[in-house]
Amino acid sequence: MNFDYSPQEEAFRQELRSWLEANPADNYDPETFEIIDQEERFQIKFDWQKKLHGAGWVGIHWPKEYGGRGATIMEQTIYQQEMARVHAPGLANPLGISLVGPTLMHWGTEEQKERFVPRILSAEELWCQGYSEPGSGSDLASLQTRAVDDGDDFVVNGQKVWTSYAHKADYCILVTRTDPDAPKHKGLSYLLVDMHSPGVTVRPLVQISGDAEFNEVFFEDVRVPKANLVGERNNGWQVAITTLMFERANFGMVYNLEPMLDRLKANLKDLEVNGQPATDDPEVRQKLAAFHVEIQALKFNGYRQLTQQLRGNPPGPEGSISKLAGSELYIRMAHFAMELLGPYSQCALGETQGIDNGFWARRALGSRLYTIAGGTSEIMRNIIGERVLRLPKG
Amino acid sequence: MDFGFSEDQELLRDSARKFLDAECPTTFVRKMMEDDSAHATELWKKAAGLGWMGILIPEEHGGIGGSFLDLVVVMEEMGRSLMPGPFLATVLLGGTAVLAGGSDEQKAAILPKVAAGELVMTLAQAEKSGRYDAGGIGLPATARGGDFVLSGEKLFVPDAHVADQIVVAARTGSPDAPAEEGITLFLVDAKSPGVEITQLKTVDMTRRQCHIAFQDVAVAGSQVLGEVGQGWSILQRVLDQAIAGLCTEMVGTGQQALDMAVEYAKERVQFGKPIGSFQAVKHKCVDMMVQVENARSLTYYAAWTVDEDVDEASQAVPMAKAYCSDMCKTVTSEAIQVHGGIGFTWEHDMHLFYRRGLASEAAFGSAPTHREVVAQTLDL
Repeated sequence: MNFDYSPQEEAFRQELRSWLEANPADNYDPETFEIIDQEERFQIKFDWQKKLHGAGWVGIHWPKEYGGRGATIMEQTIYQQEMARVHAPGLANPLGISLVGPTLMHWGTEEQKERFVPRILSAEELWCQGYSEPGSGSDLASLQTRAVDDGDDFVVNGQKVWTSYAHKADYCILVTRTDPDAPKHKGLSYLLVDMHSPGVTVRPLVQISGDAEFNEVFFEDVRVPKANLVGERNNGWQVAITTLMFERANFGMVYNLEPMLDRLKANLKDLEVNGQPATDDPEVRQKLAAFHVEIQALKFNGYRQLTQQLRGNPPGPEGSISKLAGSELYIRMAHFAMELLGPYSQCALGETQGIDNGFWARRALGSRLYTIAGGTSEIMRNIIGERVLRLPKG
Repeated sequence: MDFGFSEDQELLRDSARKFLDAECPTTFVRKMMEDDSAHATELWKKAAGLGWMGILIPEEHGGIGGSFLDLVVVMEEMGRSLMPGPFLATVLLGGTAVLAGGSDEQKAAILPKVAAGELVMTLAQAEKSGRYDAGGIGLPATARGGDFVLSGEKLFVPDAHVADQIVVAARTGSPDAPAEEGITLFLVDAKSPGVEITQLKTVDMTRRQCHIAFQDVAVAGSQVLGEVGQGWSILQRVLDQAIAGLCTEMVGTGQQALDMAVEYAKERVQFGKPIGSFQAVKHKCVDMMVQVENARSLTYYAAWTVDEDVDEASQAVPMAKAYCSDMCKTVTSEAIQVHGGIGFTWEHDMHLFYRRGLASEAAFGSAPTHREVVAQTLDL
């Protein structure tokens, strides 16, 4: 057992750290980032991805042949740590990098890889994920969007919903039904759809937070070349699951939770509870310590998971916990802050009377994202119960 | 980066599990609960034969000179099988105190006997206040020439009724001095005149706790562990090890309760289906698993800090104890819930695990106590 980094790993950290110091994100201030307009936020992320890409710092876990660095698992870990340390902004094409690229490398044809993969890291083409439908959320395999064989194309009709970044996207990974007579998991196909095709309509949905980053997407007689079928026809469920695995593994919640607790601690130092500084109040101290302990537990779960990977072992039970436990902890932390701030908790984002410009109201309003997106907590509990504990299906 | 056990440690875990499965089934645990002392000398000798009492003891003193992490894998299995008796008291309280504070002569006199399973030890720390911090140590030791006289009471002393030697934390300095100053550790023969040991009736009778009355007990100056007045720093090192060891046991106890609940949920049929297929039960089991895994990660990390003797132990150990205390109580209690009516009976084994959880929660300070220690490390 050791927590050391090898000289090569330290050198990698130093290289990245030096680069980040010399090349900060443009027009970016982590203190105000949440407050500014979403178009401005998008531009900052877009410019940041371009800048990182120019120096080879996007998708470092991708193989070199696809423009990545073929980074080791430890290097990926260090990358996440360093990005969190400087509170770096996100990227403009997160779904492309985390989901689409890896899925295509696994399932795509050589032509598909050549055509689509290089444009992902450079943000030349942005991606969205066409999964959920109005009638198919957790029961994803019941989806109804149809793709009908017509010569060299599929013709797609249907509707997707909660489609993040569709309003910015150039392409969509779309799960469609190609065989309505087969059992629900056996009649699906996974397509790459040009979002600029005739018949695609994107209608932004305003989220609980007031932002409009996700959308309804309508497909009306949209022609998709058969060359854009990923995997075999009617085997789309397997491809879709591969993407979901990448998605759930990508919830590195602990990297959000640590700075969030730091911010909470900093805010509470200036707040009075019962006539004394909040951080002197025993109940507050108990809660803050408990949050710290849980965050550290998730972090050390991550190290155990990492160790299994490094040793070439299959993941243990600890690996499945991160999203479930992290997302629920996030909500509890946000709610605790709201409880403590008293009347100030109501101040919405940007209200200067509020504590930290209404940051906590924004966090509370946004907190349900993580317990729903990428598999609800209820679905995650089913999956863990059935796959890890081997409990019978309902 | 390698946050896992070595192949040798995994082999040690397997052999510990096989040994305890054979020698310490719950039928045996129940027998020990009702025993006069809960100290099974035959099991004790066999465990000593495997070298368990001497894992932390250097070879020169008759031990096997292993690491704390070696001990951890064995203790997790002990927690899993609810091993009764004075192992924690002897190895992790008495033995570590001698290792941390003893002179060469004291080590040579005591440690080989501990390693051989010939000497049972414990540590008398807590008093009426029930506190485990320095301020909880009030029992006065009065200097008389080069020797000392102890008078007062100790409470919740683990397995003192079967101990040969008791490490007693007493106050030699002024009661008005800062609490950490003026604490001295004494090695007291349990048979000394004036020592009266009474077993307590507690929730977990697989490991007894005692009240000790000291009435003008004379202790030679040569029996001081470490320096007079410097006992607290030794005690902190001892407590870090004992707490990390206890947390490891709690992980084993929680894991076994979870495993039993999951097995039952697969077999028990109601409404024509195994109850584990119902989400109300399935999701409960998952929540139990999350707690066990979190506790495991925190505990292994705490054990590593203790093994390496690094400063991080001062935060890692209270983090583990705060979380494991809640985890072990909650998971063993929820495991009863999964079992329904049968789980609430004396006949079913689940209450043995719950009892151990409750006793472990109380030992060395409850979860809130340790959370406050964590809070003090957070720069609030």
